[in-house]
Amino acid sequence: MKIAVTSKGTDLDSQVDPRFGRAAYILIVDTPSLEVEVLDNSENVNAFKGAGIQAAAMVSDKGAEVLLTGFCGPNAFKTLAATGVKVAMDAGGTVSDAVKAFNEGKMPFADGANIEGQT
Amino acid sequence: MIISVASGKGGTGKTTVATNLALSLESGVQLLDCDVEEPNCHLFLNPVIEETETVFTPVPEIDADKCTFCRKCVDICRFKVIAILGETILTFPELCHSCGGCMAICPEDAITETGRQLGVVEKGRLNNIDFVHGRLRVGEAMSPPLIKKVRSFARSDKINIIDAPPGTSCPVIAAMKDTDFVLMVTEPTPFGLHDLRLAVEAVRILGIPHGLVINRSDIGDSRVQAYAGRENLPILMEIPFDRRIAEAYSKGRSIVEEMPEWKEKFLKLYSQVEKLVE
Repeated sequence: MKIAVTSKGTDLDSQVDPRFGRAAYILIVDTPSLEVEVLDNSENVNAFKGAGIQAAAMVSDKGAEVLLTGFCGPNAFKTLAATGVKVAMDAGGTVSDAVKAFNEGKMPFADGANIEGQT
Repeated sequence: MIISVASGKGGTGKTTVATNLALSLESGVQLLDCDVEEPNCHLFLNPVIEETETVFTPVPEIDADKCTFCRKCVDICRFKVIAILGETILTFPELCHSCGGCMAICPEDAITETGRQLGVVEKGRLNNIDFVHGRLRVGEAMSPPLIKKVRSFARSDKINIIDAPPGTSCPVIAAMKDTDFVLMVTEPTPFGLHDLRLAVEAVRILGIPHGLVINRSDIGDSRVQAYAGRENLPILMEIPFDRRIAEAYSKGRSIVEEMPEWKEKFLKLYSQVEKLVE
């Protein structure tokens, strides 16, 4: 299963980036092999508007079924929900910590955004 | 004649100047409150509202049956209003700035125009003063189109006074642009001066004649006056920090109602503006 994790760096030991739309990188981690595909999110970091929507489209295009991140706004959540990507929030530590926590059932799926829309 | 009343800093006295100027001129004058996020001129003018109009901005609606998922609309939109995920189309009309790009570029004619409510424009009068203001819909982020709608009521045969929003961003530019004169209201405090400088820079870029009104002129320090001197900004009026003005304000009353001797000062302010515009 492919799990998308927002990250400050490019490998499993990087810290989770709590932001979704404007995360530095999004890592697509395949479990159980833990193979990593790195998505450079710099275009969205500097996006004028709608970074969350764009990042959500990217995550779904890559075939991820789950997103682990810190915060997810309403437009990003709506986009992810439309494509069936499930979201678990409040992720912390390193990317591998987050994936481990998720696999151990410690990160429940959210049923809505956990922050207001960003302007 | 269109005079916009602006400031960098909020709370310096724009509304006080705009309403008292209108009340002093008495007739042949229109007050256009363009601070649509929090209009308050009506609290001091107490006009009778005669007409209300709901204002919309065009946003796209996509016909999923015609869409071939080519994503041209997605690529042209700077605001990510449209997301195409496989064969799922999502729109976020609240982000749309109504450029019309998506409708123009769609090769399938799948995009039509629908409306997002921006707010309302209310029109009324007090005696011989015409009054118009906009009220932005709660939750709406984009105010310039509503400001432009309020400004569309400006009449060339009248003196039009525009109460602008504070700051130097798009709503302020929408309120000041193409006016004949900008009255900049400030206060002699470090914050007042800091934001005044920004506002002066903006007005200079727009190339509009301008002058200062210093409110609560006997508090703070003399740096605003010194700045005005250095920059050749005419100080057209000074309003002292007077308890009677504050008390009148707290009751929703204007300076000229409470202290009729001020009427002459506001008329003099207008004649100075008139001279500077010529």
